[in-house]
Amino acid sequence: MKFSRGPIIPAICALAILVAPFTGLLPDYWITLFNYIGISSLVAIGLVLLTGVGGMTSFGQAAFVGFGAYTTAVLTTRFGISPWLTLPASLIVTMAVAGLIGAITVRLSGHYLPLGTIAWGIAFFYLFGNLDWLGAHDGLAGIPPLRLGTHPLIDPRDYFVVVWIAVVMAVIATQNLLGGRIGRAIRALRRSTRAAEAFGVNTAAAKLMVFVYAAMLAGLAGWLYAHFQRSVSPGPFGITTGTEYLLMAVLGGAGRVYGAILGAAGITFLRDQLQNFLPWLIGNTGNYETIAFGAVLVLILQTASSGVWPILFGPPPPPAPPTPRGGKTTPERTLPAPGTALLQVQDARKVFGGLVAVNDVNFDVQSGRIIGLIGPNGAGKSTTFNLITGVLPLSSGQIQFEGHALRTQTPQRAAALGLGRTFQHVEIVADMSVIENVALGAHLLGRAGPLRAILRLDRAEEALLFANAKRQLDRVGLADVAFKPAGTLALGQLRLVEVARALCLHPVLLLLDEPAAGLRVGEKKALARLLREVRSEGLSVLLVEHDMDFVMSLADRLVVLDFGTRIAEGIPADIRQHPAVLEAYLGGVS
Amino acid sequence: MDGTIFLFLLQDGIINGAVYALVAIATVLVFAVTRVILVPQGEFVAFTALTIAALENGNVPATPWLLLALGGLAAASEIVRHVSELSWRRVARIALFDLALPVALLLLTRTLAPMKLGQAVNILLAIALITPMGPMIYRIAFEPIAHSSVLVLLMAAFGVHFSLTGLGLLFFGPEGSGTTPLSSASFSLGDLVISGQSIAVLIVTAVLLVLFALFFGRTLLGKALRACSSNRVGARLVGIPTSAAGQIAFALAALLGAVSGVLIGPLMTVFYDSGFLIGLKAFVAAILGGLVSYPLTVLAALGVGFAEALFSFWASNFKEVLVFTLIIPVLAWRSVYAPHAEETE
Amino acid sequence: MTAPLLDVRNLCVSYGRAEVVHDVSIAVTAGALVTVIGSNGAGKTTLLNAIMGLLKARGGIGFRGNDVSAVALESRVQSGLCLVPERRELFADMPVEDNLLLGGFRRSRAERKETLEQIFVRLPRLKERRQQLAGTLSGGERQMLAMGRALMARPVLLMLDEPSLGLAPRIVRDVFHILTDLRQTGVSILLVEQNARAALEVADYAYVMELGAITTQGSPQQIAADPRLVESYLGLGGNEY
Repeated sequence: MKFSRGPIIPAICALAILVAPFTGLLPDYWITLFNYIGISSLVAIGLVLLTGVGGMTSFGQAAFVGFGAYTTAVLTTRFGISPWLTLPASLIVTMAVAGLIGAITVRLSGHYLPLGTIAWGIAFFYLFGNLDWLGAHDGLAGIPPLRLGTHPLIDPRDYFVVVWIAVVMAVIATQNLLGGRIGRAIRALRRSTRAAEAFGVNTAAAKLMVFVYAAMLAGLAGWLYAHFQRSVSPGPFGITTGTEYLLMAVLGGAGRVYGAILGAAGITFLRDQLQNFLPWLIGNTGNYETIAFGAVLVLILQTASSGVWPILFGPPPPPAPPTPRGGKTTPERTLPAPGTALLQVQDARKVFGGLVAVNDVNFDVQSGRIIGLIGPNGAGKSTTFNLITGVLPLSSGQIQFEGHALRTQTPQRAAALGLGRTFQHVEIVADMSVIENVALGAHLLGRAGPLRAILRLDRAEEALLFANAKRQLDRVGLADVAFKPAGTLALGQLRLVEVARALCLHPVLLLLDEPAAGLRVGEKKALARLLREVRSEGLSVLLVEHDMDFVMSLADRLVVLDFGTRIAEGIPADIRQHPAVLEAYLGGVS
Repeated sequence: MDGTIFLFLLQDGIINGAVYALVAIATVLVFAVTRVILVPQGEFVAFTALTIAALENGNVPATPWLLLALGGLAAASEIVRHVSELSWRRVARIALFDLALPVALLLLTRTLAPMKLGQAVNILLAIALITPMGPMIYRIAFEPIAHSSVLVLLMAAFGVHFSLTGLGLLFFGPEGSGTTPLSSASFSLGDLVISGQSIAVLIVTAVLLVLFALFFGRTLLGKALRACSSNRVGARLVGIPTSAAGQIAFALAALLGAVSGVLIGPLMTVFYDSGFLIGLKAFVAAILGGLVSYPLTVLAALGVGFAEALFSFWASNFKEVLVFTLIIPVLAWRSVYAPHAEETE
Repeated sequence: MTAPLLDVRNLCVSYGRAEVVHDVSIAVTAGALVTVIGSNGAGKTTLLNAIMGLLKARGGIGFRGNDVSAVALESRVQSGLCLVPERRELFADMPVEDNLLLGGFRRSRAERKETLEQIFVRLPRLKERRQQLAGTLSGGERQMLAMGRALMARPVLLMLDEPSLGLAPRIVRDVFHILTDLRQTGVSILLVEQNARAALEVADYAYVMELGAITTQGSPQQIAADPRLVESYLGLGGNEY
């Protein structure tokens, strides 16, 4: 069952929720429940961004709720500061703590990251419970309510408005952030860190940004919680609640902002009903809801690990990228004159453990040429490629690009110098539209940061980037699928999307890793035509390819590797006759 | 701090550390074989201690009922998953392991409990009741998602932890209890008094660690479990069934948890939810050992026990804060120098 | 005519939406050494992994007269189907001897002991290194160990994926000697190779795989003489782009 897409349904739902409390149909009890749902939604929205989009799973989000809540609790009860003034304080404290914790956390690799969040999640819980000036295990009571003028917002109906305005603003800000340039980079982190880095995304900084943003939403939730509950104690800021928030994000459908609200509603409602129902069923009181709670979590993971929202509402609608005005374009790079030395690989060597993967390899790429790098399986082609693009450091030797020595090469630096690359195993963000994937290539051509995206001040720049992406898609012949999710394309088309993305960088040198693999004959011909066109514009191409017909009819020169060593170099006609090449490819037992 | 206090703290730390070591070894074993970070490992510890406490009072513990409930769930989940290819052998295995075994243990417990046959019987019965829970939990929660990422498995582990804690409250109630020491003797060594229980803890731990080393070093089954963690594809190619390996790993984990429960029961008052913190501290040790090395894990567990003893002397309110903060720099260090922790998916 | 030992019919394998092996049918008669050659990316490894049961596939896989396409991997090993994978997949942190013993996991203790002695005779190098960790072996020794581990399972059909990959020519020769030796003892072999000339020299029958499909098959002499073989590796302008 799928409902129709588009913004209408969520808008109607939002309106219905906002109007409902004032119709007199809903008892106080339900309004209070909705307030808790709203507060949890804020945390879950942050987690959707952090986990579902950014790929960093945090079990410790409840601790940031705690920082937000305790900050306002201390400032209002101890220092008598007005609750509205403590809002920025709560946010700043959460931001500072998250910045410090995040700086370490986002650098943790693999499953160490969630384990790290569990560790500090528990540590903060015990910290809250043992600091006397936070009231230790009893917490702090007597927190003043929010006031509008002299009217205190104590009635759940009044507070409802405050909570849900915050939720709506959080949704809008988050959607805006995700739609912008930084948002694309964040969305690329989880599925394809390698691609993000290859187009200049500073992944550590982007991850930290997401981490702090999610924590600040949690801090906001903490502030709201403190003034609704009017007291704080360590209980709700521990690892159990942290896991509950994570469950909300997962249940809703990690990666879906509206799903977070659905998940928060589902879990809050479920817990509430279980708290009422189970004691009645079992006959005495206790935290029995946790039994069902854990079971639900396991069942969701076993049956619908991508959450409920996608099942109900299908894939997300395509974004509406801005269209450019006045025919402005992104600035092009000035290309060197054809025939000048562009890339010089000198005695490049890479050793893994005892294995020499690339053994003192030499070759040049001149501008305006297509160079083929070929060799049998395990010959060291991919390693050479990774040395040039900065994915791996050289063991010895050097690589120069336009006179810059690439000794401390990183993928980001390679992108900034104008090396645009594709990947042997396609690195595409499947749940992002094709044009957004291509626009990721233009990351370094834009400047807008997260704040400009949230406030939607990035539209003019975005329009330029998307115009560029659109132009590159036209060139590879994929304009008609620009707004489809990239995951729905065939492998051959995805290879062309990668070429378009690399062209979006306005590169000086295109590095293509097996671009013809998986392409049909017609597609190969189109790709060959495109590469010749690109060459005629003065770009250079370094091509690793196994389809010999393709590479032989296209390349100006070939470099042949075997066992990490260059065994031949020359024009294609000579390479075909070269005895060492024949031996390397067909083998021989003498 | 004078020498006596130091020695006292050292003793305290080593005793706790020894118990953490057993639990941590189980965590490492389960992770290596199944990639599950077994958050509910501590529940086995707490439930064992509570079971023995009930038996010591001549009461029938709720444990057999819990076992029967888990067996029923395991049977149901396996039947639902294999409904189209249900062979008689499978049905017989389910009936025997998931239903007949718990029922037999239930009858046995009801017969033996009022007889108060003494400590050895209580301990053996408790271990027999807890150990089958391991493979049952694996089949209910983890086997259907065995090929998922470490993260999904970790979240499922949290789910199991929540459910088991809730079940613990339901079956054992909120009251805590302690158990009789394994030995009531005590020795004086200068100013230091060493209890027989401490010695018993050390001996049992040492014997178990040696048995484990022999199992993994000398037997084909032990080597097969190691092979699963060394190279999953390789293990499949030589015909090691990964599901059975997972169940064995969980059974061993439950067994180690049960023994830890026997050891820790006399040292502290155990509540239905005490296992979580014990499990987490062992888990800190397992992380320090990189989730791979058994000797490193044992050392780390002793370190955690000692650090905890020191922290509780200097800043008893903050001992948990300090123990769990300790782990973060280690994780950061491991991320930089052991990047193979990255999933290869 | 009796059914072949291995009878693969219309096998298709997909990764997600992309089908990488299309409708492949191959057969290995008992006692034969059959090779599948083809350039990189032709789908040879995928084909072997599907036959072994590491990958899901559609189509029929007949082995010793039974359809094993729905049979679990460990039961295929039990019935005598073994794979030496391209990446070797050894237990790097365990000694050579343990790697071998685990190879015989599905066999009885007596069989394991007997086979181990036979392997130490056939591959004396492994006997010298029996206490060494597998991860510290040289490339050639690793390949020997991978083959030894597979032989411990007493295979009826031994499948090898690129056994010459990354090995120096002298060691490649040793590997192929072992293969011809093995065939003498009655083990059937399915060999996937990029090193076409070496494979054709030892094989009884050959298939050429290109872009996920079998394009040519025949006796090794026919295949070696077929000009299209060189083309399929080095591309002699069959297609102009």
